Amino acid sequence: MFRLTRWHPFQEFRHEMRNFRREMNRVFGRAGLELWPALAVSYPPVNLWEDDDFVYAEAELPGFKLPDLEILVSGDDQLTFKGKRELSLPEKVGWHRQERAFGSFERVLTLPNSVDPAKVDARLENGVLTIKMAKSPAAKPQRITVKAQ
Amino acid sequence: MAEANTINGKEASEVAAPETTRGGIHYTPRVDIYETADEVVLLCDMPGVRPQDLDVRFERGELSLFGKVETRQTPADYFQEEYGIGDFYRSFTIGPEVDAAKISAQCRDGVLTVHLPKQEKVKPKRIAVQAC
Repeated sequence: MFRLTRWHPFQEFRHEMRNFRREMNRVFGRAGLELWPALAVSYPPVNLWEDDDFVYAEAELPGFKLPDLEILVSGDDQLTFKGKRELSLPEKVGWHRQERAFGSFERVLTLPNSVDPAKVDARLENGVLTIKMAKSPAAKPQRITVKAQ
Repeated sequence: MAEANTINGKEASEVAAPETTRGGIHYTPRVDIYETADEVVLLCDMPGVRPQDLDVRFERGELSLFGKVETRQTPADYFQEEYGIGDFYRSFTIGPEVDAAKISAQCRDGVLTVHLPKQEKVKPKRIAVQAC
């Protein structure tokens, strides 16, 4: 089946880069070297994908609760999320290690397809945020029945 | 694109951990460790790990944390892929001041908390000074 999709000029390049990075990590990863740190430095890292009816966005947000997060879809294809993670500690502590991050973030993403802002479903489970957005009818692939004459 | 971020992302580094039969990549979870007068507390970010999928062990002075992550995405291709999904593993050597029998762990919202209470004999004690 053929399908027409919007052309993403950097999609192929990115795809190649990812495969290359994976391969390098596979070869050198065992030695504990981090040769190819994630290309994105924005927080939180987001994975975006789609199927015929929905666009999905997922982010790892451990320690967040739904009231700490604000999710907005605007202008059909702009997804914004904001959040805050606070550190609550007993008064007097001695630190051994501090690697986890705290503070606030805001991130705006452009979605690959236009979605219906009224049909957005967000779930936060075990520190993983999944946003499921219904595509607007125009963005869905249409199956056209070809009639025999 | 307005991006004002003050938090850092997950470390996508692989560690030399014992190999599993499932194969794949282990991720090193980020941890905070702090100490109070009574205990050492370890907080560990393990997004996607359900409490029942955690394996926390203390053996020969080594605390190992293993979190199994279920595959939850199966797209043919991503538009954007900024992190990978895999199991978490990390281990620490724990000093003899910890009372192994009293170690406890909880997991909530993808954050594992391990309490390592200190043995009574190493806890700081306040000695009352008497006037003479």
